[in-house]
Amino acid sequence: MSTALDSFASVRELRAALASRKLSAVELTQQLLQDIERNSVINAFVDVRAELSLQQAQDADKVIDDPAKHPLAGIPIAHKDIFVTRHWRTTAGSKMLANYVSPFDATVVNALNNAQTVSLGKLSCDEFAMGSGNEHCITGPVLNPWDHESVPGGSSGGSAAAVAAGLVMAATGTDTGGSVRQPAALCGVSGIKPTYGVVSRYGMIAYASSLDQAGVLARNADDLALLLDTISGFDPRDATSIQSCLGQANAPGRILKQYQAALDQVEDHSKPLKGLRVGVPREYLGDGLDQGVASAVEKAIEVLVSLGATRVDVSLPNTKLCIPAYYVIAPAEASSNLARYDAVRYGHRTSSFDDLEQMQARSRAEGFGDEVRKRIMVGTYVLSHGYYDAYYLQAQKLRRLIAQDFKRTLTQDCDIIVGPVSPKVAHKIGSTSNDPTAEWLGDIYTLSVNLAGLPAMSVPCGFAKNDRGIDMPVGLQLIGNYFSEAQLLAIATQYQKHTDWHQRRPGVSK
Amino acid sequence: MALTKDDVARIARLARLELTEEQSVAMESELNQVLALIETLQAVDTTGVEPLTHPLSALEEIELRLREDEPVPAHDISQRELLMSNAPAQEQGLFLVPRVIE
Repeated sequence: MSTALDSFASVRELRAALASRKLSAVELTQQLLQDIERNSVINAFVDVRAELSLQQAQDADKVIDDPAKHPLAGIPIAHKDIFVTRHWRTTAGSKMLANYVSPFDATVVNALNNAQTVSLGKLSCDEFAMGSGNEHCITGPVLNPWDHESVPGGSSGGSAAAVAAGLVMAATGTDTGGSVRQPAALCGVSGIKPTYGVVSRYGMIAYASSLDQAGVLARNADDLALLLDTISGFDPRDATSIQSCLGQANAPGRILKQYQAALDQVEDHSKPLKGLRVGVPREYLGDGLDQGVASAVEKAIEVLVSLGATRVDVSLPNTKLCIPAYYVIAPAEASSNLARYDAVRYGHRTSSFDDLEQMQARSRAEGFGDEVRKRIMVGTYVLSHGYYDAYYLQAQKLRRLIAQDFKRTLTQDCDIIVGPVSPKVAHKIGSTSNDPTAEWLGDIYTLSVNLAGLPAMSVPCGFAKNDRGIDMPVGLQLIGNYFSEAQLLAIATQYQKHTDWHQRRPGVSK
Repeated sequence: MALTKDDVARIARLARLELTEEQSVAMESELNQVLALIETLQAVDTTGVEPLTHPLSALEEIELRLREDEPVPAHDISQRELLMSNAPAQEQGLFLVPRVIE
């Protein structure tokens, strides 16, 4: 289905059209509100408030003539429903927070408000960001715009689906174990998760604090650079926020400047990636990887090589340990973080109870869905007396081994690592519900990056058939060293200058 | 070592989750499947490996930042009302809970 954004390939192109008064931000917002309504079957949006979006658009129109000073003014975006917002409800996809209205805006939301983007509302996600298919959510599953019987991926599934469907130019997301990169891959859009600590987590509902990081999804890497730069920066209200990135202040401007410098330093435009060593881990191309996905990824690597990069075969021998390590650390931290839902200060409270403990235990059992209850139980167990060393401490040691794999490889063997994002294309809605760990195994290529705290992104690199013969998008993952998000974005932009996978739209061409 | 029904009840109590009979049965089987998956980490020899708690400490020395111990202006009363408006039960600016002390 066509939308008001179809005629604009990028944020810069749309911004130029707004500046030239071809259309106003208010007109665009009105059209998109209708597009969202007409595409409601996708179920990406969970809270839309036309009057708030139109107010932001009116304000943006006042500064629309000055794109140099306001490069994102009037650009339509939306937020994953894990970022708290003062005027839109914030539910984290949970019955626990079904009626929650935050008294403040998350730092990321603030930054995009200050940049005068126009928010179209809140986007569906897996409950408390726990899931890989956007199936664990009180408002029902989100549909993949490429095939309405398939999941969009998760947990930022609404974000990926909304960008893919052309309902917004970009969306915020969060990535604890792949939740930006995987839905971006499965919906054929671009997504980035920066280095841990680059973007503030203040007002981002916590899942697993040593892994959680905010990110962005958009149509291409250049758009991501503009958006990520805007939301990055030190924030004293987040204890894990980073003040300095290898000697440079963590502030808006850093990423964009480094990104532009990387693009500008190219001498031979037919070989823009000359000198770049691209590491391909053998563990990422082995058992369990779908053939169609493997072939799309291989072709993408060939494109990088044709642009001057050198392919290096590398090994990340501890890759398979990321699943047990992650599924100890993340549930442990989740059980601790989600202890705050006490049915006293906010959140769901049950209707009948005898005492305080029963009130809390019953409210929590009613308020949390199956997947969240399961992870809280796992986390509570692995942190309980007598088991801490065997599980949590051991997992933190494996985490060190996984981080050392990357450190060694990115120091000695190559400059970036590439591979698949997800072993398969998007699965059919409901098809993994019988096996509690089947969905988890699909995270094998994304979890390690969070355990190590590295930046990584996903860019569209082709299509592969699902089990019903439908062509579904495939993503190429690019993993960089600490604080190299600008380098990753520049490489992705070079790739996208020479490919058109990121320009394919669902229902238009394949 | 599989978890039993009693283990599930104990963990649920610690987690403050009142599971129904049906949920407990399902949880027992799911937890055992999860444990089978995560128990594979026990087989790895990690002698001499330091646990990694903050991901960036793999790169450089990370110290958790402390804020200055300085007074900051209190929120005004409207902010307090906004905060209280999310409480499931409140009265005169106080959160209401069942009686705890007899």
